[in-house]
Amino acid sequence: MRYTKTAVTLHWTIVLAIVTAASVGLYMTGLPFSPQKLKLYSWHKWIGVTIFLLAVARVVWRLMRAAPRLPPAMLRWQRIAAMASHILLYVLVLVIPVSGWLMSSALGVKTVYLGVVPLPDLLAKNKALGDALKQVHASLNGTLAVVVLLHAAAALKHHFVERDDVLHRMLPLIKPRDQAQR
Amino acid sequence: MTRAVARIALSAALLVAALPAHAQRITAVAVDRSAIAFVSKQMNVPVDGKFGRFSAEISFDAGRPSEAKVSIEVDLNSIDTGSDEANAEVKGRSWFDVKSFPSAKFVSTGVKALGGGRFEVTGKLTIKGRTRDVAAPLTFKPDAQGGVFDGSFTLKRLDYGIGSGVWSDTDTVANEVQIKFHVTGVGGTPKQ
Repeated sequence: MRYTKTAVTLHWTIVLAIVTAASVGLYMTGLPFSPQKLKLYSWHKWIGVTIFLLAVARVVWRLMRAAPRLPPAMLRWQRIAAMASHILLYVLVLVIPVSGWLMSSALGVKTVYLGVVPLPDLLAKNKALGDALKQVHASLNGTLAVVVLLHAAAALKHHFVERDDVLHRMLPLIKPRDQAQR
Repeated sequence: MTRAVARIALSAALLVAALPAHAQRITAVAVDRSAIAFVSKQMNVPVDGKFGRFSAEISFDAGRPSEAKVSIEVDLNSIDTGSDEANAEVKGRSWFDVKSFPSAKFVSTGVKALGGGRFEVTGKLTIKGRTRDVAAPLTFKPDAQGGVFDGSFTLKRLDYGIGSGVWSDTDTVANEVQIKFHVTGVGGTPKQ
């Protein structure tokens, strides 16, 4: 049993968007003040808002369509760890864009999605709070990077060590094990 | 006794409030109760900024607007664009070049009444050695000390060579910049 096409599409689109947002985010902060920098900041925010919207869709979809069952060989602690890391990933992917949005508001720069849709400022301008939120945004991203690495490492372990179908159910490009063995 | 005094004071206060407002001629600006702010657009995002220091001279009688005169000089070193790195950037040569042009100056050429407490001031605005005509509609609210002027106008930054080179791309930082002013005018000697 695999994840639905919708779930798979959302998962990999979000992966691509996060990698892009993270790369742009790490690059832009070191640039000298320039039109290029202002553009990249805007694009980074637009990607962030997009990730938030996709993540909402992903979570709603997951609540509507149960995830495929885990392999019966998995131990209890492994099932708990898998469940906990999935919940943590969803929470982080929803919270990180919000932290960026709040940080922007506190630093006095509104977020205007795609240069067209202004998001309301939930916080008034406050430089100290803005700088604190910058730290929060960075720490949450550091946490996300760690959880994503664990998540990917677990998926690869399932594929190459346990040799089960856990990776296949989210990555249909690779062949399912039972077919490969036949 | 105290009640009687309070009653007299209250009547006096009401009487003052009811006096015709145009009786007060405005001869000075209370700078501490005035503000000059602006809104720039970066990637279509409006960003608030302000100027911390400016001086102003004024002569205004709401009943005789054609005789009104105002001049305002803004210290461009006091600019606050909203972020530290932008503040450092805009003082440089491609923006305001504050070393060569430390201030911006507005000198009125005329004021006309539009009715209903509204006026229009026209004048010459000089920034970075370039002078352009500007016109700003404003409202005037008289009070016991004088009155408060509120108004705004939009200038095109490239008319003054503000933001040249890579910054002349108006897709990133819009050419139009809205200038907003809140000026508290007082009668008699200036209050700083």
